[in-house]
Amino acid sequence: MSLHLSYRAEPENPWFSWQYVRDNSDTILAALREHASLTARAVLIAAVVALPLAVAAYWFRSLAGPILALTGVLYTVPSLALFAFLAPYLGIGVVTVLSVVVLYALLVIVRNAMAGLNQVPPEVREAAEGMGYGRWRRLFRIDLPLALPGILTGLRLATVSTVALVTVGVVVGRGGLGQLIFAGFQNNFYKAQIMTGTLLCVLLALVLDLVLAGVGRLLTPWLRGRVS
Amino acid sequence: MNAIEQAVRWLNDPLNWTNPGGILDRLGEHLSMSAAAVLLGCLVAWPIGLWLGHTGRGGGAVLLVSNVSLAIPTLALLTILPLTFLGFGRPSVVAALAVFAVPPLLANAYTGVRQADPEARDAARGMGLSGGQLLRRVELPLAVPYLAAGFRTAAVQVVATAALASFVNGGGLGQIIRAGFGLDIAAGGGQIIAGGVLVAGLAVLVELLLALVERVVTPRPLRRARRGADRRAADAVAGGG
Repeated sequence: MSLHLSYRAEPENPWFSWQYVRDNSDTILAALREHASLTARAVLIAAVVALPLAVAAYWFRSLAGPILALTGVLYTVPSLALFAFLAPYLGIGVVTVLSVVVLYALLVIVRNAMAGLNQVPPEVREAAEGMGYGRWRRLFRIDLPLALPGILTGLRLATVSTVALVTVGVVVGRGGLGQLIFAGFQNNFYKAQIMTGTLLCVLLALVLDLVLAGVGRLLTPWLRGRVS
Repeated sequence: MNAIEQAVRWLNDPLNWTNPGGILDRLGEHLSMSAAAVLLGCLVAWPIGLWLGHTGRGGGAVLLVSNVSLAIPTLALLTILPLTFLGFGRPSVVAALAVFAVPPLLANAYTGVRQADPEARDAARGMGLSGGQLLRRVELPLAVPYLAAGFRTAAVQVVATAALASFVNGGGLGQIIRAGFGLDIAAGGGQIIAGGVLVAGLAVLVELLLALVERVVTPRPLRRARRGADRRAADAVAGGG
């Protein structure tokens, strides 16, 4: 009897399986590509919208309070609820995922960019004004370069959290690697599939973070000597 | 016909509130799950954070924990933990949520102790307080505003994240949204929006309530300094700028 039992040992379901990765490389790569492209598009759109907002709040102090308050409240709203609000109108698909993800990234970037701009020393600002710099020239030559570390921190945070957030998109059928994780869960708890999706998510976040850190180093050569 | 009207109609049906698995049931699950997760997070994160802050070591580790936890998808933890020894059901969901409560609690406890006035610390030492007494009687009280801020951040985050427990049938208000998505979008649209309103409303409500509590527990002399403290603690989480 015991021999019989050992013969019918439960089918293997390891956490890591190279076999799975090889057999399903097409699906995995497609999910990874979708995930990366969703993340990149979301952060780009968010940055394009967030930076002017931050500059507006920097120039017109009265706007700073409302912008911060609004972003704070929006950030409290759970992602699943945001999907629930948008899906009936935007439908099931990429547009909904992108809208939700962009919104969260936006908040992170605006906050950090505002903090960065507010850290510009007043003496520097006044010196630039004394040299006859106009508002726009000061923005591009003085304020934005000095705020760059803050802006980049915001971009990095937004990117890493966006990678994690995209997975929730499975609820409207576009979750990138989240689809892999969720499918593995539904597919008789296929551990290898869940783990592959998870690890690729974390890896993608790490790689994108490193890339942005590298870009930051290139863009701020004057900080290189100092210890961060 | 339109989704908002459907949502109002769905919310207005008393049966949807009192049925087994209705709104009240889900609300209870959501709150008990979140409370357990935050409690577990506090039990783990506060002692470690206070101790690390007291000894002045481990700042890098605190940062690392905060940053890495950002990259881990909630969905992954929620699906992985039930497959471990924790098994399906409440314990694994609570554990997964607690993981996301730890970074803000830890970072704020650490920052709270670190920012204690060095002169106060020296004075306490001069009065002959031992390390443990110093932590208990001087550093801990001074860190309370930070602990409160961390608690609020963690609690709100957990209440918001608990909605995702519905992916693994873990209960909570998110289940209403998931059930709506399970129907056709045209048929379930109202329920989806109604669920969204409930989840978002609860999160915002908890945020407001805890903001109030935070204000009450902060001693009056410390209230003015608090405004800057929030940002500094947030910076610690955000990677120090």
